[in-house]
Amino acid sequence: MFSMLFPAFESGVIYAIMALGVYLSFRILDFPDLTVDGSFVTGAGVASIMLVNGQSPVLATIAGMGAGFIAGCITGVLHTKGKINPLLSGILMMIALYSINLRIMNDRPNIPLLGQETLFSMFRSFWEGLGIDEALNSVFAGIGLDPTTWSIMALMILVTFTIKFFTDWFLRTEIGLALRATGDNKQMIRSFSADTNKLTVLGLGVSNAFVALSGALIAQYNSFADIGMGIGMIIIGLASVIIGEALFGIKTIMRTTLAVIGGAIIYRIVIGLALELGFKAGDLKLITAMLVVIALVLPKILEGQKERARKKRKRSEFEKTYALGPEKEGDNVASTKSNSQSL
Amino acid sequence: MLQLNQIHKVFNEGTLDEKIALSHINHALDPGDFVTVIGSNGAGKSTLMNVISGVLSPDVGEVVIEGKNVTNLPEHKRAAFIGRVFQNPLAGTAPSMTIEENMAMAYARNKKRGFRAGVTKKLKGFFKESLATLHLGLEDRLNAKVGMLSGGERQALSLLMATFTEPKILLLDEHTAALDPSRAELITTLTKDIVQQHQLTTLMVTHNMQQALDLGNRLIMMDKGQIILEVSGKEKEELTIEQLLQEFQRIRGSKMTSDRALLS
Ligand SMILES: Nc1ncnc2c1ncn2[C@@H]1O[C@H](COP(=O)(O)OP(=O)(O)OP(=O)(O)O)[C@@H](O)[C@H]1O
Ligand SMILES: [Mg+2]
Repeated sequence: MFSMLFPAFESGVIYAIMALGVYLSFRILDFPDLTVDGSFVTGAGVASIMLVNGQSPVLATIAGMGAGFIAGCITGVLHTKGKINPLLSGILMMIALYSINLRIMNDRPNIPLLGQETLFSMFRSFWEGLGIDEALNSVFAGIGLDPTTWSIMALMILVTFTIKFFTDWFLRTEIGLALRATGDNKQMIRSFSADTNKLTVLGLGVSNAFVALSGALIAQYNSFADIGMGIGMIIIGLASVIIGEALFGIKTIMRTTLAVIGGAIIYRIVIGLALELGFKAGDLKLITAMLVVIALVLPKILEGQKERARKKRKRSEFEKTYALGPEKEGDNVASTKSNSQSL
Repeated sequence: MLQLNQIHKVFNEGTLDEKIALSHINHALDPGDFVTVIGSNGAGKSTLMNVISGVLSPDVGEVVIEGKNVTNLPEHKRAAFIGRVFQNPLAGTAPSMTIEENMAMAYARNKKRGFRAGVTKKLKGFFKESLATLHLGLEDRLNAKVGMLSGGERQALSLLMATFTEPKILLLDEHTAALDPSRAELITTLTKDIVQQHQLTTLMVTHNMQQALDLGNRLIMMDKGQIILEVSGKEKEELTIEQLLQEFQRIRGSKMTSDRALLS
């Protein structure tokens, strides 16, 4: 059980960075940005081709992130300068990126990274010198959890939480506040001398930088980049955001970014369980779509039920206090009855 | 302080819907002038405000603020020195952000935004003090989401946010119109106090004649894109609603007859 959940947890923490990117565009900027499906592959492609060409994993990963930033900025310019509707700007960019990604990947739809040095193999050789694996395994072996290495988990928790804390900090800076207001009330923040166009471009850039970083890391984690690896990524990101928000709450920014990370991990675990139950890999997109629908609809149904229960309670309270027992009500009914009879 | 030279604005030119919203407006405000603007629906009052704030650009004419021609300056740049409160109480604040965050954004209006913390301890103290002047108890709710406030509270906050950085020009477009009478009264009083305290050069559009007479040192009446009446100083103080209405009938009537004369 736990040994099955471990890889789901691991990849969940990596995908969480993508989900934080989607949170920035969807929730903070209120911009449904479909660039994600393309920029995820851009990050993976740039990092992979650089690794294959012998560049350092750190540099390759950062370059992938930078490419995503540029892609996001272009979507932002299409919308703000080109006055193209947000959904369409994202779709256009996503389609354009398909061709660009193929070019980046040297016209190869798949780049294997087996045997390449990656961020993970690099960190692992450092990690194994520390002897933490043995210590952790001796603790967790009791519950049947003894993965070959804890280094990926450790590195990813470090990276993902760095991104989380960066986001929390950024959204509270002067620029960050203006960015949030851009998604909340454009007229207002413009009247306080913020350039909402620039902020939208910046926000989408940062959002897609996160997405591309996640793509670059997933490529290194899975040991390949594939031109189709971004299909449906936006829905996965959205699923993570919505599940996380519904389960863990949105009281503050810090809480919400944590919730989004939690949502990404839970999504991976649900998918892992679905595969375990015998669903095919091809079914996963349908399951994802259904998860999003459930996460969107269920809270509303629950709220409706709660509201009905509350009203029912109120009504019975009301009856108790005002009717002062059934006799009086009965009297009234009787008197009207007798009235009608006498007529 | 504010100069409007030959402002002309036409909507949908060359179509059946062509509408001359502003017709060769010339007007100048001195520092500290508080002008109330009245006029019937469609007279061009909001258009005039939008031309001054840069939401709309005039077809002809220029807007000059403190000797600087700002006609081609985009809205968000002009906003550094123009404060605005809108008719809709929801328009002036960001609902999903807290009171202190909203105030921090307003506070940053005439500064370059950077990667410093938006809300600092020092600012919080200042925000608390400013909020206390509203007497609405908002100073104890710095961390409340603005979306939770009532329309009147939001409008009071908007007014404070628009003014506490002392903008060169304050534009109020029917900012009490969407409130119930007692809230409107409150916002009107606050407006009077704040404008006086900071000596703000102000243009206030209102449909409430009494308000237009009570507030400010000058009054202009607009009709069909033109300023048809202007009173100031002692003359304004002595003006009554009846006189104002009579004046309106007189000018409009004479215009109508001259229009008729032109047509025949
Ligand atoms: N964006 C626009 N496109 C076309 N016509 C417009 C536009 N904005 C305003 N108008 C027209 O210009 C004229 C002046 O409008 P404006 O909003 O300035 O009037 P107002 O004096 O503020 O009226 P009210 O008292 O109703 O607010 C109106 O006839 C209006 O229909
Ligand atoms: Mg108007």
